[in-house]
Order: sequence, then structure tokens, then C-alpha cells
Amino acid sequence: MIRRSTLSLAALMALSGTAAAQTVAITNGTVFPVSGPKIERGTVVITNGRITAVGANAAVPAGATVVDAAGKWVTPGLIHSDAAAGTGIGGLQGFGEATKQGQINPSFDLTLGIDPEAISIPLARTGGITTGILLPNGSFLPGVSVAVDYSGSRVDDMIVKAPSALMINLTGGSRAAGGGVRAGTIARLKELFRDALEYSRRRLEYNRAATQPFSAPVDELAALLPALRGEVPVVIAANRRIDIENALRLAREHRLRIVLLGAVEGWKVAEAIATAKVPVIVGPNQDIPNFDGLGARLDNITLLREAGVTVIIAGSDPGGERGLRFAAGNAVRNGLSWDDALKAVTQAPAQALGLPQYGTLAIGSVGNVVVWSGDPFELSSAAEKVFIRGQETSLRTREHELRDRYMTVPPVR
Amino acid sequence: MGVKPYLVAPALVLALGAHEAVAQASTSPPSAETFRDTLSFDRSQYPSTYQRRPNAAVVIRNATIMTATGQELTNASILFQDGKIVAVGNVGTVPAGAQVIDAQGKFVTPGIIDTHSHIGVYAAPGTAAESDGNEMTNPNTAEVWAEHSFWPHDPQIPLAVAGGVTVAQILPGSANLIGGRSVTVRFVPARTVQEMKYPGAPYGLKMACGENPKRVYASRGPSTRMGNVAGYRAAFIQAEQYRQRWDKWLKDRKGDPPARDLKLETLAGVLRGEIGVQNHCYRGDEIAQMLDVAREFGFTIRSIHHGVEAYKVADLLASAGTAASVWYDWGGFKMEAFDRILENLALLTKAGVRSVLHTDSPDGIQRMNQDAAKAMYAGIRAGIPITRDQAIRWITANPAWVLGIDRETGTLEPGKLADVVLWSGDPFSVYSKAEKVWNEGWLVFDRSDKNRQYQTDFNLGQTAPGVGR
Repeated sequence: MIRRSTLSLAALMALSGTAAAQTVAITNGTVFPVSGPKIERGTVVITNGRITAVGANAAVPAGATVVDAAGKWVTPGLIHSDAAAGTGIGGLQGFGEATKQGQINPSFDLTLGIDPEAISIPLARTGGITTGILLPNGSFLPGVSVAVDYSGSRVDDMIVKAPSALMINLTGGSRAAGGGVRAGTIARLKELFRDALEYSRRRLEYNRAATQPFSAPVDELAALLPALRGEVPVVIAANRRIDIENALRLAREHRLRIVLLGAVEGWKVAEAIATAKVPVIVGPNQDIPNFDGLGARLDNITLLREAGVTVIIAGSDPGGERGLRFAAGNAVRNGLSWDDALKAVTQAPAQALGLPQYGTLAIGSVGNVVVWSGDPFELSSAAEKVFIRGQETSLRTREHELRDRYMTVPPVR
Repeated sequence: MGVKPYLVAPALVLALGAHEAVAQASTSPPSAETFRDTLSFDRSQYPSTYQRRPNAAVVIRNATIMTATGQELTNASILFQDGKIVAVGNVGTVPAGAQVIDAQGKFVTPGIIDTHSHIGVYAAPGTAAESDGNEMTNPNTAEVWAEHSFWPHDPQIPLAVAGGVTVAQILPGSANLIGGRSVTVRFVPARTVQEMKYPGAPYGLKMACGENPKRVYASRGPSTRMGNVAGYRAAFIQAEQYRQRWDKWLKDRKGDPPARDLKLETLAGVLRGEIGVQNHCYRGDEIAQMLDVAREFGFTIRSIHHGVEAYKVADLLASAGTAASVWYDWGGFKMEAFDRILENLALLTKAGVRSVLHTDSPDGIQRMNQDAAKAMYAGIRAGIPITRDQAIRWITANPAWVLGIDRETGTLEPGKLADVVLWSGDPFSVYSKAEKVWNEGWLVFDRSDKNRQYQTDFNLGQTAPGVGR
């Protein structure tokens, strides 16, 4: 079992240090630190990859590269909590790297399938997304998630945290893992949890072949242990009310630190979710009913927030995950406050998914900063500059190459 | 030769006025005598039973009105009554008893039209039992009609209405080279598809290029793109002969009529220019191939659909008079969709192609205004000067043309049908919502009135209430 742990602060500083000591000062912008109130004509200073000053009166250090953001909006880099950019070939079906065959794959860590040269990465940046939580896909126990920053020429440069969470899928699609019924799926999960703990207690006896056989390969059982010990959160996909309630029950019984994903009928049990202090990752445009969520409605996220739940916005979009900001805009359209929507794509996922140095412009945070032409959620706005760990990144994509070739037709050869 | 009722000629019907045509079909059924003496093709073929509702005069005042005719009127008014727009701009004296809506800060647009939807044929809740969009039993199923699959209780319909959509073309899927006839429907509460069927709208024929048919039929053929093209040609060669046989017989009606063949009847309708080809085709080079196929058989493709690479052949589409129905940003999910760019609509418009934003999605259809806005801003950022009027036409007037109903709807002009949406703000803002939707004068959606947010039968007693806030 190879397990990477969270990069220490020192390691991260060392990484950004490789890009040489650098100071960037973004001045005159309307700054949304998320960790505090909006600042008019504010300055954000990033030194060696970290936020070192923020405020209306923050001084611009000598030698800093100055970015004049007059008339612009400045926010933390957005975090996509159900990201795919960096895996596969630009979304091409059949070329993905996030779905391993089979149903019991908690040890599946997709890190080594991440390609820093993937064409999807600059596309994500054009949407102001600086950090992605790459979730494994699949039913029941598809693997562990990996958090990456969307810059760097080697995968090790990109990793923020791996694994960042254990993924469990309790949607209707996982019924096959339990003999075709929901109760069977829960029972199977509990059996695996029991076996994992038993294995952890009796590892030596197991190695001496002195235990009863377990119900799954021991590497898979061992991969459940960090979650069972509360060391990493567990992202549980559940949409139907009873699946959400089953997830909450599991969390109680096994003392899991869970984050719900999907939660289409979350509004029906919003109080219970709030009481359990469980954050929820929601796709704000999900309103089409199916038998995994007949109660789908556009204001789900708003009702959850009103009940006191921490909400996170994700949502897959065939146009690419750069559309995350528009999902946030639609959440506002459907009743969420603008501030909560910004939190839901920055600070909230950072806190829920174990990236404490992310998602705000507080001093000490990682220097992931976006300068927008205006309101980031508006259809008319664009990300104009994207800094990741204090470095300005390219917003040029393969799409731009194609567009420029065909600005006139037939193209000039 | 007289009217051939088995093929509704769009020009004729639109000239008559759609409702007169319906009245003919629905109020004078053939007598028993006629039934004995006529053949099936002489009788009405699955007529619309849609009925316009009488509506009292409505005046919306102080609005920004996006007419889709080139103008955006500020502090303007619109008056409509009994399903028809009476006046736009300055409405003069308000008729007695009119409902007057003050729309300060609000916007009015034509009803939104989607040229590419599978709502009703791939209905929610999305079980295999309702997978009725692809007759995957033969690469050419020109004989099937989407309306015979359409389920009027699909809960996706009211969700689309809440997004300001009044009319959509429901297409068969893209598994087949020739997938069958489309149907154009009004999104109104109904028990049957006939009650939704847009009166007099010409049929479309779904055709598909590229990866889907050759994948579905890999084992029996076609399994290649050249096999695809051979398949279209073989079908239309047969249709040419069929059309000649029938036209000859219809001229004097002497002797036995030729055998009726549903497949060839539809294809002959394409050759006569009565059925518009709606062609799923992603790649630019394949679009050029399809324009050649159409030339060989003497028809014009009404619209290319999906056209992720349409921008590469915008000049060819413009000179062929073929429209392009495309997404804002879908792409990347398969090889033929790999070269997606966000400026597709802008570049097509710049080249003079009749450009349409379509969805192919029960999700996307709820926010077509947003996708049009994003495509407009993408063009502007790239230095392609797209106007707001051009962008609103992508989801109103231009799709109306693709569906052959542009004489009746798609713009806000006196005399046109009252397909009208009142928006809470600029429809090109992410924060704006459709507040009221009138479908030919019928208020089918009112965000402030739960009783005007209709629920299909499927919705009752089990789905979330209404459309939220």
C-alpha cells in the first residue's frame, strides 16, 4: 500500500520556492477575500506562493510585479469539488482515468493517471478554477479522491492532497453491490467496515494465515481505515431521501466525517443534515425527477442553506467544468445569497475536504487568485488573470488555436 | 392534382393560417361513405387537435422589449389578445378589461424555441421503459414518427416552460442514418400529443452522420463513414423512383395506386421539399459531404444539428442556405465533437449562416437564454461583433425558420402569435428568470402563482412542488 500524506506546509513552501522568490501585488481591485468582507480598491500581495497581505491599505512591496485590477473583481481561485480536468483526454468517452472496473476499489487512487499536459487543464483555468478535487467515478466503493492545483509540469507539483477523501456511492446505481437491494448494499458496507477493523487489529495473525478469510482483499480493507479512524473525510454520493438518511446513520454508527454529494432530496431532510453538521456538495441545476430523486428542485441548495447546512457547489457540465461559476450564478438565481455562492466554490469545499490553506485570501493562504472582468458568476464576465501558488498561468487553450485558424473561412494557409 | 393531404405542404398551410387548417381537419371528419370510397392516404394523417385558448387582452408596459426583428425597445409596451400580438412599442389606447402588467426593469422576448429536443421520447424519470427515441432496428427507419413515441406527461415539459420555452421540435435519436419524422409541439398542458402538435408545422426528417450510426450498426453495416453515405444515397435513389410512380398515378388516378410505403413516403416528402431534413452532423468535412448528398437528390438540408465543427465550413453552409443548430459549449465527449470552440455561433453568424442555439437536453432547454448570452459574449470577447438582437434570434426567430413556422412565431410583431415571455431582468444575465410565459396567449407559467405552474400527471403526488422560487 502506497499512501501519500498531506503535503506539509514546509513541503508546499519548498515547491513554490522552486519557482524562485516572487512577489505579486494585485492592486485597486474589488477584493472578495471570503474570509472577510469585501474590500473596495483593495490590494492582494502574494509572496513565494502565499498570500502575505490583503486590504485597502496593504503596502506594495518593493520589486513586486504589480497587476492593476482597477474595475476588476478579485477572488480566491475556485475549487471544483467534483472535477475531472487533468484525467483522460479532454472528456473523451472511453479515455477516462477516474473509473476503475469493479465495485470494491477503495484503494484506487487515480494520481498516477493525472496528466499535467491534459488539454482540459487550461480550460478549467479559463473558468477561474485553480484547484480540483478529482473524485473517482463508479458504484459503491470507487476509490479515493485526490486534490490538485491546476498548474505544474509534473503530477507531484500538482498534488495538494492525496488521498483527500474516501468515496462511497450509495445511489441507486450501487444496489448491485448488495444483491440488487439498498439494504443489502448497506449491509455489505458494514461487513467491509467490520473486516477492515478486524484486519487492522489482527494484521499479524492475518500475515501468519491465522485468521478467518476476510470478505475483500486486505489492501481494499486497509484503504478504508483512514476514513474509519476519522483521518480523512468520506464523500458519500446519495440523492434519494432514504439514501441520505442511510448515509447519516452510517456516519453516526461509524463516527465517519462525511460530506454528501448530490443530495437531490437533501431539502427534505435539511434539518437532520444541519444537525449532523454534514456539508453537502450540490449541483444547483438538478431538477429533473427520476427514481433516485423524485424531489429534485432548483432551490434545493437554498433550502439546505436556510436550514444551516454548509453548501458546496459542483455539478458536471458537458461544456466542461469551467462552467462551475455559472452553476454558482444559477444557485444565486434560485435564491442562495451571492456571498454563500462564492463560499460554496472556495472556502466551503476547502474546509470540508481538508484543504485548510485554500479557498480564501486570508494571510497564509495558498496564492490561488483570480482577477475577473466583473462579477465572476455573470455570463458577461471572464477570468482575465489566474494565479496559482503565486504564479500567473496561461489562459490560452487548444480552442483558441482552432478559433484563430477559422476566424475567416476558408482559412488562410 | 389537388391537395395531397398525406403530405402537409407547409407553404400552403401557413398561407391558409394554421388554425383554419386545423378546423378543416378536426370539424369535418369524412363520412362513412367517404371512408369506404377513399384510400388511407387520402384521409387526414394524424392531425393536430391543438386548440388556441381565447385570452383577454394583456398589456405589458414599461418593459425592454427584445423583438428579434432588429430592435430592442426600451420603456415599451406590447398588447396581445386571443393569441395574437396586436401592437408592439406604443400600444395606444388600452382595451377595456385588459390585464395591465407594469414591467419596470423587466424584459420581454418572444417565446423560446428549441430545434432539438428529445423531451417526451426520452422522458423522465428515465427508465428503460420510456426509452422511445431510437428505433434501433434498421439504419433507415424513415417510416417512424416521433409523435408516436411522445409522452405528454413527461415532467420535463413544465421545467422547460419555466425557462421560457414555448415550442420545440421533438426528434428521433441519432442511432440511425435516417431516424424518422420529427414533430413540432407547443409546450402546453395536454393529454395527448395531438393536443400539443403545432398546427400546420411541416414535418422534419432526422438524419445522422458519423459515429453513432456506424457504431450502432457496426456488425451489420454501415460500419464506416463511407458506408453511411452509401446508405443515404441508396435510400434516396429508391425514394426518387417512388415519388415518380406516385406523382404519375396522382395526376390521373388511373388504375391501381402504387403500393404505399411509409419509409419512402417520408423520403419522397423530402424530395418534394415538404419535409425539412434535420441533420445531426458534427464534423465540418462531413457537413460538406451531406451538402453534396442533398445536391445529388435536389433537396436542401434545413438545418445541420450539433455541428460542433460547423464554424469550419460556415461559408459552405451559408451558400447552401442551410441553417446550423449548435450548442454553446458542448464538446469533447467524442472524437467528432473534439474540436469544440466557444465562438461557433458567433463565427457562423458572421459568415451569414442562419444560426440557432439548440439544446438536445432537458437540462439545457431550461436555460437557453443563458447559453445564447454566453455565446454572444464569447464572440464579442474574440472581436466578433454580435448584437443582442442577433443573439436573441438564435433562440427565437432563427429556430422558428428551421421549423418552418417563422411566419407565425419567433418575433414580437403585430399579427404574430402571442408566444411571449416576461423576464425578471435582462435574459442575458445569469440571475434573470422567466416570470410569465404565454403560449399563443395562454398563460402557461406564472412564477408568482402556484396554480399557473402546471404539473403533469406524473408529477402529481410524488415530485417536488412546482419549480421553486
